[in-house]
Formats: sequence, C-alpha cells, structure tokens
Amino acid sequence: MPPHTFKVNGRPVTVDVEDDVRLLWVLRDLLKITGPKYGCGINVCKACTSHINGRAFNPCSVPVGQIRPTDEITTIEGLPETVGADLHPMQEAWIDRDVPQCGYCQPGQIMAAVDLVKKVKADGGAITDDDIDGIRNMCACGTYSRIREAIKQGAANM
Amino acid sequence: MPAQHRVAPRPPRFPGTSRRQFLGYLLAAPTLAVGVKLTADSVLEAEALPSPAPEVSEVYDLSDLLADSTRPTANLITVVLERDGTVSFSMPRAESGQGITTMAAMLIAEEMGIPVSDVNVTLADARPELLFNQQTQGSSTVISIYTPIRVAAALARGRLLEAASTLLGDEATNLRTTGGKVVSEAGSSIPFAQLATAAANSETREALTELKGPDDFTVIGTPQRRDDVRAAVTGKKNYTMDIDVPGAVPTMIARPPTIKGTVESINNEDQVRSMPGVTDVVEISTDAAPGRGTTSSGVAVCARTFGQCIDAINALDITWGGGNADGESDESILRQLRASPAPVNLPSPTPLDQVGGQIPLATEGLGNVGPVEAVEQEFVFHWRSNSAMEPNVAVADVRSDSAEVWTPSQIPINTQDQLARELDLTTGQVTVHVTRGGGAFGRRLFNDAPLEAARVSKEVGKPVKLMWHRADECRVGRVHPMCISRLRATYSPGAKQVVSFEQRHTSVATDYTEAFGDMISSQAAKLPFANELTLSQTVFLLTASVPYDVGAVALGYNEIFDFDKFATGSSRNLNNMDVRPAQELMIDLLAAKLDEDPLDFRLDRLESDRAKAVLEKVRDEGDWGRDLPEGVAQGVAVHNEYKGTVAVLAEVDTRPATANRDIRGATTGPRVRKVTVAVDVGLPINPLGLKAQMEGGVMTGIAHVFTGSLHLRDGNFLEGSWDDYRYTRHWNSPPELDVHVMPATGERPGGAGELGVGVSVAAVACAYARATGTTPTSFPIGHTKDVPFRVKPFVPPLPPSPEDGLTSYPTPSAAGPVFNPAS
Repeated sequence: MPPHTFKVNGRPVTVDVEDDVRLLWVLRDLLKITGPKYGCGINVCKACTSHINGRAFNPCSVPVGQIRPTDEITTIEGLPETVGADLHPMQEAWIDRDVPQCGYCQPGQIMAAVDLVKKVKADGGAITDDDIDGIRNMCACGTYSRIREAIKQGAANM
Repeated sequence: MPAQHRVAPRPPRFPGTSRRQFLGYLLAAPTLAVGVKLTADSVLEAEALPSPAPEVSEVYDLSDLLADSTRPTANLITVVLERDGTVSFSMPRAESGQGITTMAAMLIAEEMGIPVSDVNVTLADARPELLFNQQTQGSSTVISIYTPIRVAAALARGRLLEAASTLLGDEATNLRTTGGKVVSEAGSSIPFAQLATAAANSETREALTELKGPDDFTVIGTPQRRDDVRAAVTGKKNYTMDIDVPGAVPTMIARPPTIKGTVESINNEDQVRSMPGVTDVVEISTDAAPGRGTTSSGVAVCARTFGQCIDAINALDITWGGGNADGESDESILRQLRASPAPVNLPSPTPLDQVGGQIPLATEGLGNVGPVEAVEQEFVFHWRSNSAMEPNVAVADVRSDSAEVWTPSQIPINTQDQLARELDLTTGQVTVHVTRGGGAFGRRLFNDAPLEAARVSKEVGKPVKLMWHRADECRVGRVHPMCISRLRATYSPGAKQVVSFEQRHTSVATDYTEAFGDMISSQAAKLPFANELTLSQTVFLLTASVPYDVGAVALGYNEIFDFDKFATGSSRNLNNMDVRPAQELMIDLLAAKLDEDPLDFRLDRLESDRAKAVLEKVRDEGDWGRDLPEGVAQGVAVHNEYKGTVAVLAEVDTRPATANRDIRGATTGPRVRKVTVAVDVGLPINPLGLKAQMEGGVMTGIAHVFTGSLHLRDGNFLEGSWDDYRYTRHWNSPPELDVHVMPATGERPGGAGELGVGVSVAAVACAYARATGTTPTSFPIGHTKDVPFRVKPFVPPLPPSPEDGLTSYPTPSAAGPVFNPAS
C-alpha cells in the first residue's frame, strides 16, 4: 500500500491505504475526522462537502490517490482556523439562527455556503436567493429557510 | 411568585393530595437526586363533546393513547444536581433533531431557577422497567413528560431551599432560586454547587411539591437555541458512526435485487474476502421482525473502510432467490387498491353508531335543506420514503455472554428485547445505548440495523459498525405505503350547506407491529371502540378527523396484503399526510360548488375556536386574497392533532418562466414562493424549536405534493439516491416562510413534530389547484409524469463510487436535465 501524504486542517498526515479508496473514508475511517458525513456516496447529497485548497468538493467522490502532497484539505473541524477564530462567521450565523435540527447535513451545508459566498464575492457580487437556490446540499429535516437566512447573515460578516 | 414547596414529614402520609400537588422521591445519593412519581396529572380531563357527533380522534386521539400507555411508569425519571452545580437528566427518549432535549432542559431550568445552559440532558440507555415509557413517536414526548420533569425539578428546588436555609440562617420560605443560586430576601446567596452534597439525602423518601403557575414562567415560552447547536456546526456532534468503539469494523450488506429476497448461494466468497481491506464475508439474515412474518437475507462484508465494503459488495457474485412482491408495479397495486373499497360502516365507534354506521341519505335531522347534489373524487398517493440524512446505523459488540449496541432507536426497550431473543441472551445481558440520531421520522421505530449489526458481530466475533448504503435506504428501507382515498360529499345548493362527508381510505398494509402493537393492546379497554379493529384501523381512527362542520361524517379504512409483504412503517404524520390533503382538496371543491371563498368557507365551518384563530392569523399575516398574476395562487388548510391546531397558507407560482427555471440537474417545477403558518400547541415551550418543526413540515409537505416518491416497477423500487428520490431541495424551498406561534391558549403543551406535514401538503396542493384550475388527484404530481433519472442497476446492488469529485462540483457529472414535475 502506497503511503499518501497531504495536509488536513493545517496538519500534515500520512496514511497507508490503496489509491482507490475515496477520501471520505480515509478521513472518517482512518484519520477519525468525522465532521464530513456520509449521505449518499455518489456526490449528490453533499453531506460530506469539504474544501480542497480553499474550494468546495466532495471527498466521497475523490480517490485518495488523486490527492497531491501539496493539497490542503479543510473539513468543518478546520474551518475556524481558516479565519483565525474560534468560529467562522458562517458558523456564528448558523448558531445565531439556530439552523440545525438533527444537524447531520449541517457541516456540509456550511462548507458549501462558505465556498458559494467566496465565489460570489470574488465575482464582485452579493449573495442572492438565486445563488442559494443552486446549492445541492440535501436536508431531510427541512432547515432550508434558516440556512437561507444564515447564509445572508454569514456572508455579511465574511 | 414561585409556588410553595414543602418536604413531606416522615412517615409520609398524603391523604387528599390537592390538584396542584405532586408526589416524588428524594433519592439516597451522594449529591442531590430526585425521582418522580406521577399523580394527579395523569387524569384525562373529560372534554365537552362537540356537536353533532365527534369523530373518535376528537375525543381520544393518538397522543392520548401514547400518553396513557406511558403513564404507569413515568415515575422513574430522575434529576441529579452535580457537584459543579450543573444539573443532569438522563432522558428516556430519542433525540433526532426534534429538540426535545432542549425542551427538557428548559423545563428543569424553569422550576429549579438555573440557566438552561447548566442543564445537561443525555439519552438514557434502554430501561426495560419503563415498559412503554421509552418510545419516541407520534409527537407525544412533550405531552407525556411535561409534568414529570417539572415535578422532579421542583422537588430538587425545594431541597435546595431547605439546605440553604440552614446555611443562611433564614426560613426556606424567605428564599428563592435564580441563576443557579439560592438567594435570600436580604441579598445573600449560595451557588447550587455548594449545596449539591448538603442537599443530598441519605435515604430515599417521598416528598410533595407544587409547580410554578404559568404566570410565573420565565423560561417556558421563550426562544432557546438547541442544546447541541454549537457541536452540530463545528463537526463535534457525535452520531453513531462517529463513535470510536475500539476494534469496530466498517460493515455493509449486499442486499437482494428484489423486495425481501434471499441469498441462495455466494459464488465467489474467497475471491471477495481477498480484496484489499476486506476481512469478512458472511451470509446473514436481514429479518427485521424475528419469529414473525417474512424473512430475508443478505451478505455482510466487513472491511477496513466503508469504501472497501462498497467495492466488495459490488464484486460479490450471489445467486438470489425470489422476492416478496415480484411482478408488482404501481399499476397493479392501484388496481388492487381500487378493488378493495373501504367500508364506511366499520366496526364502529360510538359516533358512527349514532348514525347507524351509515351516511344519512335523507336529510332528516339536518333541517329542511332541500335537494342535495354530490361531489365525488378519488385521490391516489404513491409510495413515499421517510429516509433521514443519516442512514440506518448501529454499532454492535456481541460476546458470548453479553451484547452492547449503540443505535438511535426510537424504541430502545423493544430493540433490547429483540436483540436478547435473537442472541439467546437475557435482556439484562444486552445494553442498548441510544445515540442522537441524524433524523428519525419513524424510520427508527424498527430494529433493522441493530439486529443486522448484532448478527454480524456474533458471526465474525468482533465489534462491527454497520451502515446502510443510500441505495438500500431507498430500495430496501421502510416505505409509507401506496394508498387511495375516495371521498364523496353531498351538499345543498339551496341551503348552502354541506350535508354529508364520507372518506374511504384504502392502503397497502402498514407495519405498525413494533411500535404501536403492544401499546394499543395494553390500552384496548380504554379505547372508545371495539377491539376487533385491526391495528391499522385503530391507528386510523385515532388520527383521522375532519376539522370542519360538514354534516354527517363517515370515515373508513382498510388495507390490502399482509402487514409485511412490503417493508413499511410509520412516516411523519402517519395517515394524515394523505388523508388530510384529500379532505382539504374536497373542501375547496365544495366551496367552489357553493360559490364561497375557500378561506371563508372554512372559517364558517371550523368547529374549534383555536382553529378559527390560527386560520384568521394566516389570513391576515399571509394577506389572503391579494392580487396575484395569472398562474399564481394561494391555498389554505387547517389541521387539529396532537392537542394542537395549525393553519397553513401557501402561495404557488406555476408560471412557465418559474416552473421551467434552469438549475442544472435540479427538479424545479412550480415554486412555492411564500408560506405563512400559524400554530397553536396550547402552551408553547420553545417557540424556536416549534417554528423549526413547522418549517420542516412545510418542506416535507412540498415534496409530497410535487416530487418525493418511489416508483414500484416489477417488484422493486427504482429510486436509488437523493437525486432519484426527490425530497425538497434548496431550489424548491420557499424564499419566504413565516411561522407565527400563537400565544398560549392552555396550560399544557401539545406535540409538534408531525403537526405541520399533512396540512402543508394540503395547502400547497390547494394553491396548485387554484393556480392551474385543475385539482390534482395523483400525488406527488410528478410521479406519473416521468421517471426523470437513469435507473441504477440492481445487480450489482450499489452505485459505484465516483472518481471525478475534483472536477464536478457542485453538480455531479451524471446529473440529468431539469425536470418539471408539472409539465
């Protein structure tokens, strides 16, 4: 088994595992980083959404062999560090709006929201309802209205 | 002013306990601990019977049944003051997002005078001595534990005052608790932490207490955030698969390509066992109700990672036997449902007996209404999944003389009992830890996952963490059965009155055996109708009613097939997710026939003042009747259940530019653009949590109207992922959603978890009907329009894990074109 070395949440890690094991399982089963959740395994529910080099992706659909030594993976656990605070503004908005119910999809929702806001801001715009309509992250408790409010609130503080 | 409190003298004698006094126990423990015995509160208040004849559920409903069957043992809950001044409560319920742990913390904080954040509520392991009092279903939690929790907290407060009076040299009656301290009128104070041992009891004894009155509430009724909100948004909330049980190996199951099929042979076991990471390949039973009904089986694979389980399952060559529903499709089921009309003169409860079990065809007794006309309509409701985001999960460590299981069970005592039978252990040898669930919705009222995990653990001789694949959740998971509702109403155009209202509901059999079975049996003598009714008919009669005065009402229910032909179970709002929408669409048809405004028509005929008030609230807040462009319309519905009442006003935009909006891979279609909800649960405990439950009901309701369904074809369900099973997504969620919590209308809280589902389906469907001019009669509307996805293979059973995740964000490369369910 080839060793794979990359950075997760700011710290270098090395794991011995086959190339084709999807990164989600490397994170969860081997590195015990359990913030990214399994919801579908085929990149459609987005519960595992995390960041690679600052951009959103879904580790359920990326073989670990595709991760380069220079790649930096950020999961929900490492999000606050990216802004040097206890909580990212998006997490603060999520708490303020009491968004979660069961909470299972929320790490993915937050990681997707942060990416979307960064993208919209980079394009010089402000987040709109249409932007939020395009988020694919699934929530079976139906917290979408509070997510919508929290994204707008969090975006204002990013 | 806080209520009076006193500790009983010994030996305790409490003749004539007054209405607002409650009995409990001060427990022998190192720190202050109290237990509760429930007394006066358990008496069901007789309600005045509405006229003319109430349906059964208006007098005695499902939440009464659940509360009654839990009463005998509600005395066993305990509240403990820890040395650090925080309070612990181990709650015999499941928390899966409903917010009941937060609510419990609020109740304790209210009575004890301690910040909500200093109350730590955990979930109790299975406690068989609690009998029925450890089930989480039917929106009954708040109804059944509201008083016991407060009594325990009030007893604890009384003990704290006593202990503090000695230390402060003041009478206990001059002291009060606030902010986690006992304070005197003179201003001196002692923190709870310093009283935890001083207030402890060396021996257990009974004590009396009284509860705060509603006028003194400072916590109940105030918005409180979830107790685990910070953990949830930082990734620190531990779900079952996040628990690090040493040595527990990832485990998944290869399931048959047919409903409840069985393994005949595994043809390449050794080859698969030699795959990377794979440690075990074993055939196991997947029977979810051992010793009863149909059995099924599969092949379990244990591996170093779940990803390697998936690959191994897809590499297995298995010869499968036949399934349980081979050859059945939506069309064949519909034919059989139509061939089995429900009788309206069921073995009937008293109200129906009063009208001879029949719809009065003449108009005697209703005044001279003149000639009547009839409206008839059939509604078809297809299969629905109640799957949560977290799939079925369990960790099991089975040894020769013990078993330890972690699972988010809604019925842990039943889980423990079934595991003990399955493993040939005593219940005392089986520990069931109830984990916080990633959603439940009735799905965790069955023991599919813990039984499978225990069987595998026993077979392979090591602890396992078992998880279902999403494809299995759709195809093998329990479903809300396909059903039809036939309605017929008569009305008098001359008198502008509805004369009779008849609903016959016919469903594929629903499996209520796990959860309701024993409970209903235990209360059979109390139910106001004969016990020859089937379990499902009993559930129907406990939940079904028409909130409007529409003349003589007759409701009938029957089923086709045995209870376990399909894997079915309770879904959020049970029958009322279908029964009520059918009624409300009928009400709109009647309003049109009598040329009345749909909202005024309802307001004139609502039987309850609370229901009228919520309807008026949404009328005013939602701006009923405002000018809207063609293709956009409002719909409204009202629902009474779980001791509460709720009205929903929905506004749906069906214009082509909206319905065909282009979001890659999305199911767009008509947009519910604005929803106004008004909810009255009697006494709202946590308005924030209540609003969340109503919002969730709206989202689920939208899915039931437009897109959320399973297609049965040739003995199998076609859906295999969250893109196939189209629950509401961000692109469907209403941009405007306002929930108005009505001020308290009573001294007791009602349930909320399911209250908002059926009524939302109804309001959205009515709005859609008015926007398009056509009453939808088949739900969800998109079900018969298309199967808008490529059906994933059944052999191998799981969709392969994609490899293109770095280049296909946010939309998967396999995403199909936009689907408009109304096109």
